[in-house]
Amino acid sequence: MSTKKKLIYTIAALAALFIILTLCEQLLPASSMLFIVLKKGAIYALVAVSMNLVNGFTGLFSLGQAGFMLIGAYTYAIFTIPLKEHAAVYQYFDGGIIQFTVPILVALVMAGLAAAIFAFLIGLPVLRLKSDYLAIATLGFAEIIRAFFQWDAFGPVTNASNLLRKFPTFDTVYFPFIVSGICIAVIVLLINSSYGRAFKAIRDDEIAAEAMGINLAKHKQMSFTISSFFAGIGGALLAMYQTTVQAGAFKSSMTYELLLIVVIGGLGSVSGSVLASFLFIAASEWWLRFLDTDTYIGAFKVPLLGSGFRMVVFSVIIMIVVLFYRQGIMGDKEFSFGAFGDIRRFFRKRFGRKEVTK
Amino acid sequence: MLKITDLKVNYGGIEAVKGITFEVPEKSIVTLIGANGAGKSTTLRAISGLVKPGQGNIEFLGEEITGKTPEAIVKRGITLVPEGRKIFPDLTVCENLKIGAYLRKDKLDDDINWVYDLFPRLRERSWQMGGTLSGGEQQMLAVGRALMSRPKVMMMDEPSLGLAPIVVRGIFDIIREINKQGITILLIEQNANMALQTADIGYVMETGRITLTGSGKDLLVNDAVKAAYLGA
Repeated sequence: MSTKKKLIYTIAALAALFIILTLCEQLLPASSMLFIVLKKGAIYALVAVSMNLVNGFTGLFSLGQAGFMLIGAYTYAIFTIPLKEHAAVYQYFDGGIIQFTVPILVALVMAGLAAAIFAFLIGLPVLRLKSDYLAIATLGFAEIIRAFFQWDAFGPVTNASNLLRKFPTFDTVYFPFIVSGICIAVIVLLINSSYGRAFKAIRDDEIAAEAMGINLAKHKQMSFTISSFFAGIGGALLAMYQTTVQAGAFKSSMTYELLLIVVIGGLGSVSGSVLASFLFIAASEWWLRFLDTDTYIGAFKVPLLGSGFRMVVFSVIIMIVVLFYRQGIMGDKEFSFGAFGDIRRFFRKRFGRKEVTK
Repeated sequence: MLKITDLKVNYGGIEAVKGITFEVPEKSIVTLIGANGAGKSTTLRAISGLVKPGQGNIEFLGEEITGKTPEAIVKRGITLVPEGRKIFPDLTVCENLKIGAYLRKDKLDDDINWVYDLFPRLRERSWQMGGTLSGGEQQMLAVGRALMSRPKVMMMDEPSLGLAPIVVRGIFDIIREINKQGITILLIEQNANMALQTADIGYVMETGRITLTGSGKDLLVNDAVKAAYLGA
């Protein structure tokens, strides 16, 4: 398929997406679950893709994503809470010590940079470790960061264990879609560049990559830092979505959710991560909600249904998905418009033989 | 061109290479033969910078390169075709080749075509994943990948390992062909027969030392080499 055709299809798909989002905005009530799925799904898609960059494309088993999101979320919140709200938000800390604000987009970039700087510093010692050891070390750092942000001594900046709130947020689904979309596009460009090729070479075989002159330490550090940059932006978006930030929410279970999304979508597939995050959020927040409520048919109470049962069913579904799609939904393949052509040819061959032979 | 003086390498507490001295003249094919554990691979790994030598000197084109990083050494024109091929299984053939030229910033099209002319099989499989190639094709890809860095010296670690005899012959033909195009070859092999037939100069390594030196043809008829490596 020619690049020109690809470009036209991509623009058409983006336009279609925009129209669908606009229709949703106009026609559905603001309380519709669909909006939660779209907003949170877009944010999770960004973080999942950033995690895939490290775990799926560079082959580094890192579990620090929640920690970097936390840094991003706090950085965004701290620098955007309007000054007149400081007294209320930082009520235990004399209005806090950071007495200025920056525009939203600047704060988003700052959120990414803050996460990236932390990742760079953590990466220096930690990226020498391999596989499981790296996972444990990054997970540990994420937990330490969470504890630090709740520490009273940092209260004037982080508000300790109290909520940060009243910072600017978004109402429509456009904002998270546009920011995530741009960030994911940048990651895709990176993956398709010669740096991305080097990351994949490191994933496939470190010794061979080194023998080809690829500097392992430098490239691992680069992948880790860039991934954290986007995780930081994802964290900031999540803060906007939740309208409040509290360090306690960024538990390691959040990292596991993301890891699940990455694995279900397919390690090494950006489109897989995006698809999986929307499916994951939809299933966990929306489609399975009914399982959590006590249901009566007449006077008969349906057994098992009740608080917490949703997670049981959800776990079983995930196990089934993992069993039947060993490589995840997409494997390491990417979505392509060419695939539609393949499907069409397949059906024509199957059902429309006469048409082809003529 | 490449001069190794009194090289010693420790590997996990064991002295794998115990002070060897040899030379690779420009545009020649030089081979190190020897049994398992003689220290051949370690020598190559030390030259390519993957392990740090304990002692000794490695000199390339008059410049000391001992202990430099693999990146710096590849940049100077020494490339390693690692043992067991080690191609990147989840990258396409074409991407594998491009990785070989990672440190170069210029146009690659001519070089890719050159490699494809050397190995027409690879051109047919350009979009296939490296891991789906046969053993012989993977070895071709490993050689092609190394050539993409435009090396002055190409070091090959057991290129015949695990390949059928007819494929091995093909690989050695290619080695000669590449050498004719002006690339110096340093080859280590257990398949002493093929290696000595191809090489200009041969060194026999035993437990970390060089025990015999001579032209490839002389070593082929040497009684000690015959008894130990050629099974005659």
